Formats: sequence, structure tokens, C-alpha cells
Amino acid sequence: MQPTYAKRRHRRLEEWMGRTFAGICGWLIVLITVTMIVFLAAKGIQSFTDSGLSLSDMLLSAHWDPNGTPPKYGALIFIVGSMLVSLGALLVSAPLALALAIFMNFIAPKWLVSLLKPVLELLVGIPSVVYGWLGVTLLVPLVREWFGGSGFSLLAGIIVLGMMILPTITSIAADALANVPKAYMEASYGLGSTRWQAISRVIVPAAKTGIATGVVLGLARAFGEALAVQMVIGNTMRLPSGLDSPTATLTSILTMDMANTINGTPWNNALWTLAFLLLLISFFFIAVIRLVGQRKER
Amino acid sequence: MWSKRVKFGLAALLMTGALAGCGQTDNNNSSSAGSNEGGAKKEETYSGTISLAGSTALQPLAEEAANAFMEKYPDVSITVQGGGSGTGVNQVAAGAVQIGNSDVPAAEKLDDKSKASELIDHKVAGIAFAIVVNDDVKIDNLTTEQIQGIFSGKIKNWKEVGGSDEAIHVINRPASSGTRATFEKTVMKDVKINDAIGTVQDSNGAVEQAISSTPGAVSYVAMSYLIGEKKNLKTVKINGAEPTVENIRTEKYPFWSYEYMITKGEAKDEVRAFIDFVKSEEFASTVKQMGYIPMTELE
Repeated sequence: MQPTYAKRRHRRLEEWMGRTFAGICGWLIVLITVTMIVFLAAKGIQSFTDSGLSLSDMLLSAHWDPNGTPPKYGALIFIVGSMLVSLGALLVSAPLALALAIFMNFIAPKWLVSLLKPVLELLVGIPSVVYGWLGVTLLVPLVREWFGGSGFSLLAGIIVLGMMILPTITSIAADALANVPKAYMEASYGLGSTRWQAISRVIVPAAKTGIATGVVLGLARAFGEALAVQMVIGNTMRLPSGLDSPTATLTSILTMDMANTINGTPWNNALWTLAFLLLLISFFFIAVIRLVGQRKER
Repeated sequence: MWSKRVKFGLAALLMTGALAGCGQTDNNNSSSAGSNEGGAKKEETYSGTISLAGSTALQPLAEEAANAFMEKYPDVSITVQGGGSGTGVNQVAAGAVQIGNSDVPAAEKLDDKSKASELIDHKVAGIAFAIVVNDDVKIDNLTTEQIQGIFSGKIKNWKEVGGSDEAIHVINRPASSGTRATFEKTVMKDVKINDAIGTVQDSNGAVEQAISSTPGAVSYVAMSYLIGEKKNLKTVKINGAEPTVENIRTEKYPFWSYEYMITKGEAKDEVRAFIDFVKSEEFASTVKQMGYIPMTELE
């Protein structure tokens, strides 16, 4: 039976409304993102256009003393600190995450897997201030006992961050491993390989782009994490001399000083530049994820 | 799977937002309706809303004062936010709040002098700070020179200032902190804090936690954070003087400052009344209880 004219019109109206609503939402997100980037960029370059700071000084000098005469805005300490703590966290957590992903996919009994999955999801959901708090009360005293000093250290930051990104990397790696066709495993067994040989020589290489995506995502999260790291790393204005030495990161200097500086001052502008720098670095990581993803499609 | 969850989360968020919005309007309605009757009986009455933002050192006092003031003048509604002294000055200069709370006068924060001249500082209370150490440090007095030596990194062990053989662990506040600005101005004077030693904690609370858990640690916190029993932490006299009102008035104890409420232009009506209330004799005992120094005892 042909629908009546009114019904058809109603359907077309419905379709139009749905499409328009979805379109508006989509464009809104794009607009918000672009506005944020433009705003951050505009604020970020004020250091150089308004306050006359030099880019090379900011990126290459380790002398940060905004209260000094003359004030100095060298941010090298924070850039190096952020990199060391993030890469360190990755070194700690990537091998663990991969092992955990393999364990969950091929070794653990079903009941254990169904226990592990929610535990991992829970770990992602714990607020970073809780990680930081645990770090301060449990980890910092431990580091103090092992290495002396105050305990607030690069090492404490690395361990706390490593814990935080472990579930992210694990879930993505586990999915990647699960997506490798069963036939690969069976073929490998058929050729007479042991379980370990099949996993290490066939399954993991086949899933390596997925695993790499997880690793980069973990790195991006580590770079942007502010609170937990700030609570345990010590925030001392110096390049770390070792794992037991305190240092500062881009995010920690931002959270500490942003609220206490006045708009338009060179100090405030320099902080905006650091925020913009953080954005550029996360863009870089996203670009890497995209590249890895594209290789997978081919 | 994911998109469903996200949608559900978003929906929940919107709902809470809408509900919270409803709650707010309801409250406003009922409070203004109830207060009209109460206000009519008083000779002098104020109405309107006052918003404050800024210094976290002044925030507890400002909140307490706001509650007391709203009880007295139910037509007035006051909101107090933190954010730091810089936020306070920023927001009041931009006209976003009527009062900006700050640990330092506005002119010290603003580079732009034309902007600073629009802002008026009101001293509303004094606040004393104390040098605090972990209680394993066997010392109860330090001279200004010794403190300068410790925070500039020249003195590295407690035995150099008469304590036991134990490494000193310095804890600082970030360079933009108002507490630190006061410490530099009144105690360190011309000696520079060495930021390459020790660690930095970004709030009074975090400093307190770090001091009580780190052996040999030394730092500075506002007295308002030292009210009540504190574990593993003790205050140290400066040049033999304890941080009392008497010692501050007689200039024996150097480590204190005023707290400021900053307005854009002269304060008027309810804003004026509120600032006067914070400074008043009537509110002075509360100010004292909370660990601040009432203006009535400083002038």
C-alpha cells in the first residue's frame, strides 16, 4: 500500500531533522576544536610578539626564573622532564602490557580473563589524583628508603605514570592480538611450533601495528598527565641528574603557576606558549598513530 | 558498544546539568522571598549579589565572612571562589567579580600601571606564616640568617645550625605563590631562593603533607593551616619570636602580611558593607579563631 502524502511528508521531515541535528553536532565539534587550537596558538605566540621573548631561548635554555631581574623563561627543564618521565613510563609499562595482553589472550583460563577485563577498565577509571595520592603516601617513602634524598623523584613519577598507562596499552594490545585470525595460530601449530614460538614469531608480529597504536596512545596520555606526576616528581627547577633526582614537567609548571599569574604579563604568556607546545606534541603523537594505522590498512 | 556508553554518559550529564540548574533557581526564589520579610525589619539593609575570587589563603576566611554576612543581610547572596591571587586580580580587573582576593597588593601583580590605578586594595586581615619542620628536626629556633642560608642552599645539614647530623630537605612553593612572595620579602630579603635544591609543592596542604612525611624537611605555611593538632610537624621560632599577634605588632616577628580584597574603583553599597564587615570588631573573634589576625588588632 502506498503511504499517504502526509505520512511521506512526515518521514521526509524526520529525515531532514535527523540529518540537520547530526550535522550541527558534527560541525560544532569541529568548530570547538578549531577555536581552541586558534586560541591556544594566538595566546602561545604572544610570548614572542608582545613580550619579546626568543623562541630559541625558551626551547634551549634551562634557566627558568620569571621573578628574576631580568626574568628568564628557558623551558628546557620542563620539556626534558616531560619526555623523560613519559618515555620512562613507557619503558616500564609497555613490556608489562604486552605480556599481560598475551597472557589474557592465549594463556589465562576463561574465568581469569573475565576477572582481568573489568579490573583493567577500573584502573583506567581511577582519577589521576588518586594515583598521585597513592604515589605520595606509598611510593615516595619507598624511593626515599631505597635511594635516600626526599623520595620525590623522576623514578616516582615514572612508576606512577607507568601504572596509569598500563591498562590503556594492555586493552589495545589485547584487542590487536585477538584480531589476528585463528588460522595463523593453527598453521603455526601445524608446522610443529610450540605455543611460545607461535605467539612470539607469528601472532605478535601480525598484531604489531595494533600494539604500536596502543603504545603511542599510552605515550600521548603520559605526556598530558598533569596532577599525578606533579604530586610525586618534586617540581624542582633543574635537569634530573639521575632517576632518584627530582625535576619538573611541562604540565606541572602549568598547574602550579597558571592561576597565580596575571593575563598579559610575559610570565603568563610564557605559560601559554608551554601549553601550546603541549598541544603540538600531542598532535605529533596523533599523527604518528594515524601513520601507523594507515600502514595497517595497506 | 562504546558509542552507546558515550551517549548514555552524555545524556546523564545533560540531565544532571538541567537538574542542577533547576535546583539553583528554586533556591534563589525561596531565599529572596523569605528574606524580603526579614530585611524590612532592619534599619539598614543591603541586597544584591557579590562574587569573590582569588587567593586560596584568604578563601576560608572570605567564605566564613560570607556566611555570617548573609545571615545578617539575607537579601545579599555571596559566592566565594578560589583560583589563586593572580586569578583574583585578573577577574576583578576584567569586571568578572566585584572583589578579587589577593595575598599581595594589585600593583605588585600587574605590570600595566594604568590598569593598576583603577584597582583599590583593601586590607582586610593579617596573616602570619610560620617556618615548619618535620618533628624529627631537633631545633626550635632559627635566625633570619640561618633561614636565608638554608633556602639559598648554603646550609645543607641540620648540624650546621645546632641540630643533629641530618640532611636538610627544603620544600618551596612555586615562584608565583603569594605565600612565597611574602617569605621572600620579609625573611629572605636580598638573598635568592635556590630553586635547584629541594622540591616544590603547590599548596599549603601539599606542603603540610610533604613536611610531615619527609625527614629533615623544612618549609613555610600560613598559620591558618596550622590550627588544631598536627602530626609529625612543628613550627620553629624566628629570631626567638613566636608567630603571635603581640610579636607581630612589636615587629619582633617578621613573617606575616596583609590579605587584600581588591575592588575596581571605590567599593559601593553591599560590597563596601561586606569589606567593612570583614574588618569589623564584630567579626574579629572569628578571624582570630581561624588563625588570621583581625585588622582591629593591627591598626
